[in-house]
Amino acid sequence: MAWEYAPAPESAALANLKPAYRPFVDGEFVDGGGEPLKTLNPATEEPLAEVGTASHEDVDRAVTAARRAYEQVWGPMPGAERAKYLFRIARVVAERARELAVLETLDNGKPIRESRDVDVPTASAHLFHHAGWADKLGYAGLGPDPKPVGVVGAVIPWNFPLLMAVWKIAPALACGNTIVLKPAETTPLTALVLAEIAADAGLPPGVLNVLPGAGDVGAAVVGHDGLDKVAFTGSTDVGKEIQRRLAGTGRRLTLELGGKAANIVYDDAPLDQAVDGVVDGIFFNQGHVCCAGSRLLLQESIEQEFMELLRARIETLRVGDPLDKNTDVGAINSRPQLDRIVDLAAAGDAEGAHRWTSSCPLPERGLFFPPTVFSGVEQTMRVAREEIFGPVLSVLMFRTPDEAIVKANNTPYGLSAGIWTEKGSKALWTAQRVRAGVVWTNTFNRFDPTAPFGGYRESGFGREGGQVGLEAYLNA
Amino acid sequence: MTTTVPAPRTAGRSAGAFADAVRDDASLRRFLHGLPGVDHVGVERRAATLATRSIKKESKLQALDMAISMIDLTTLEGADTPGKVRSLCAQARRPDPDHADVPSVAAVCVYPDLAGVAVEALRGSGVAVAAVATAFPSGRSSRAVKLADTALAVEAGAREIDMVIDRGAFLTGRYGAVFDEIVAVKEACGSGDHRAHLKVILETGELAGYDDVRRASWLALLAGADVIKTSTGKVSPAATLPVVQVMLQAVRDWQRATGEHRGVKAAGGIRTAKDAIRHLVAVNEVAGPAWLTPELFRFGASALLGDLLRQRRTQLEGHYADRDHIGGA
Repeated sequence: MAWEYAPAPESAALANLKPAYRPFVDGEFVDGGGEPLKTLNPATEEPLAEVGTASHEDVDRAVTAARRAYEQVWGPMPGAERAKYLFRIARVVAERARELAVLETLDNGKPIRESRDVDVPTASAHLFHHAGWADKLGYAGLGPDPKPVGVVGAVIPWNFPLLMAVWKIAPALACGNTIVLKPAETTPLTALVLAEIAADAGLPPGVLNVLPGAGDVGAAVVGHDGLDKVAFTGSTDVGKEIQRRLAGTGRRLTLELGGKAANIVYDDAPLDQAVDGVVDGIFFNQGHVCCAGSRLLLQESIEQEFMELLRARIETLRVGDPLDKNTDVGAINSRPQLDRIVDLAAAGDAEGAHRWTSSCPLPERGLFFPPTVFSGVEQTMRVAREEIFGPVLSVLMFRTPDEAIVKANNTPYGLSAGIWTEKGSKALWTAQRVRAGVVWTNTFNRFDPTAPFGGYRESGFGREGGQVGLEAYLNA
Repeated sequence: MTTTVPAPRTAGRSAGAFADAVRDDASLRRFLHGLPGVDHVGVERRAATLATRSIKKESKLQALDMAISMIDLTTLEGADTPGKVRSLCAQARRPDPDHADVPSVAAVCVYPDLAGVAVEALRGSGVAVAAVATAFPSGRSSRAVKLADTALAVEAGAREIDMVIDRGAFLTGRYGAVFDEIVAVKEACGSGDHRAHLKVILETGELAGYDDVRRASWLALLAGADVIKTSTGKVSPAATLPVVQVMLQAVRDWQRATGEHRGVKAAGGIRTAKDAIRHLVAVNEVAGPAWLTPELFRFGASALLGDLLRQRRTQLEGHYADRDHIGGA
C-alpha cells in the first residue's frame, strides 16, 4: 500500500536569523573593512543575510588582540579557570541546539536530521570533552607541564561549519591558546553565533576572534606573521599552498585535507548493515565529507546481491527540503560545488563507468544532485581518483584481500577507510595494511571527541580530538 | 565403522528453491549458519534513524487506520471467559462506535478453548479468529499434545494459528526438530481453502541475539510459516524495532529469492500509536510498501488499539480524547 510521508518542516523561525552579521574582533562585533557578502540558502538560492567581512587591517587587529589576550589573560590563567568558560560555552551550545541546528541547515543545506542529531550534539560534546582537559594537561602524556603554543590562526570549510569551528576552538582554548578563526565564505553564520555565545559566557576579549570573508581573508590569516600556529581544514590544493607559505617560518601547522576513502566490503560482511554503512558513508551530508566513503571496494563474489540491496536502499533516501525532518539528502552547498559534481559525474560517463541514479524526485529549485552510483569503475578513472565531494559513489571490485589493500591504498589520499567483515582477524589484518588515519570496522562516519581524527599523505597531518589531538596545541 | 545416514527430509511445501538446504540436519545447519551475520550496532543505529521519521497530518491519519486494520486484538489470560472474549470481539468489529469509518481490526487472538466463542461472536464481520496453540507460551510439551492443541483450535473454526517454536531445541542447535515440528503443525492447520494461516512465534527475547533472530526467521520460512512473529507477549523484551527490522529483512529476502510474500507480526510491548507508526515506517522502508497490508503485517496487541483511537480522534478533532469517551473492551 502506498504511504507518502507528509512534509514535516522544522520552523525556520527557530534560527533567529538576523538581517546582518558582523565580524567578531577583540570581544566585540565590529564593522569589517571588507566588502560585505551575502550568504545564500542553497535550498532556494535566496539570500539569508548580509555578512560583514574582514579587511587585512581587521586581520591585524584580530591577531594583535589575540596576542595580547594570550600574553596577559588566557595563557597565564589556570586551566581550571579556563575550563569554566569552556563548560559554559558547551552548555549554551547544547541549550541553543535547536536554533543552531536550524541556522546550520539554512546556511549549509544539510538535512535538519543531521544538523540536529549529529553536527550540534557532536559540537557540544567536543566542547565538553576539551573543557575537561583544561586542568589535566599535565596528564596528557606530553610532560608534567606542557605550555600552549600561542596564537592560532584557523581556516575551516563549509561542510560542517559549526563542528569544524569547534574542532579548532575547543582544543586551542583548552590548551591555553587564543585563536583567530575564518569560517567558510558560504557558511559563516553559526561560527558567528558561537562567537556570540562565547561573548555571553564572558570569554575575555581577544581569546576568540571570528573573521568572515573569502579566500583572500583566509590567506591573510594563515600567512600572518603574528601567529604561532596554523590549523587548516579544507582542500588539498589550498593546504599545499599554506604549507609552502609556512615553510621555514618555524610556525606550526596542522592540515586536514581531502580524501577518497575506500569502504571495503568482504563477502563475509553483515550485508544489510554494510549496505547501510555504505549509504551513510557517501550520502551523509550530501557526500560533502572529507572522510566520505566515496569508493566502495566490493568482493566480486557478492557483487550482484550487494548491488541489488544497495540500489533498493538508496531508493528509500528522501532528497529535498533540508528543513523537512524526513529529508535524508539535502542541498548542495553552492553553485560552484554543484558544477564540480556535475562535471566529475560527466567524466565518469565519458570514461565508460556505468551511472545509476536514484529515481527520487528533486525539488524544482535550489541546488540538488540525486544520489548516484557509478559501477564498472576502474582505478584509472577520475571518479576513482578525484575527490568529488558530492553524493556520488564509485564502485570497484576486488577478488582477494591483498587486491583490496592494493586498490584501497592506490590513492594519494589517506584520510579514512571502512572495513566490513564478521571475521575479527580479517578486520585487524586489513586495518593494519590500509593507509588511512581513521579506520572504521563495521561502521562508518562515526565521530567522537575522544577519538583522534586526521590523515596521511595528501589528506594532511596532525590529529584532532582525544588525548592525541592536544599535541597540536601544546609545546611539549 | 558404521555411520548413520539420516533419512532425507521432505521439504516444507514452499521450500522449493531451498530443497537442498532442508535435506537433512547438517544441510539445514550449514544453510542457517551461512546466512550473512547481523551487526548489532548497525541494526540498532538504523532502527534509531527510522524512529526519527516525523509522520504528520494526512500521512499520520493513514498510518493510524493502517495500524488499526493490522491489529490482532489479543487476550491471553488464565482468567479469560466467554464474556471477556465476546466483549473483545465487539470492539474488534467496531473499534470506535462513534466513528463508523474506523476500520475493523484484522483478527481476535485467543486461547484454543475460546476460539469457538470468538468465531460465533465475529460471524459475518470479516474479522478473523486467531488462536495460539502448541502449548503456548512455553511450547514445552509433546508433539502429540501440540498437534492436538492445534486441532482443537482449527476444529473450533480458528482461521489463523499462532504456534511457538521449540526454543529449547533451537538453542541446542536441533534445527531439524524445530523444522519438523513447524511442518507437522502446518499439516494440522488443514489443507486447501480451509487451511488456517500459520504464524510462527520465534520468541526472540529468548534467543541469543540478532543472528539467531535471522536464523529462526529463515528456519520458520523454510518450514512453511505464512507469518513469522516476534513474541508470545509473555517474555520481555518482546517486539523491538531492531528485531522487527531483521525479520522484515528475512521476508524481503525470501521474496527476492522465491517471488513469494510472507508476513511479519510484531507482538508484545507495542502500546502507543507512536511506537506502532515507527514499526510501519520500518515496514515501508525495510521490506517495502507491498508489506503495508494486514495480510503481510500485523500487530499483536491489546492496549495499542485504545491509543490509536485516541490519536485518531486527536487528528480529526484537534484535541485529546479521554479514554472514557471511547467504548473499550
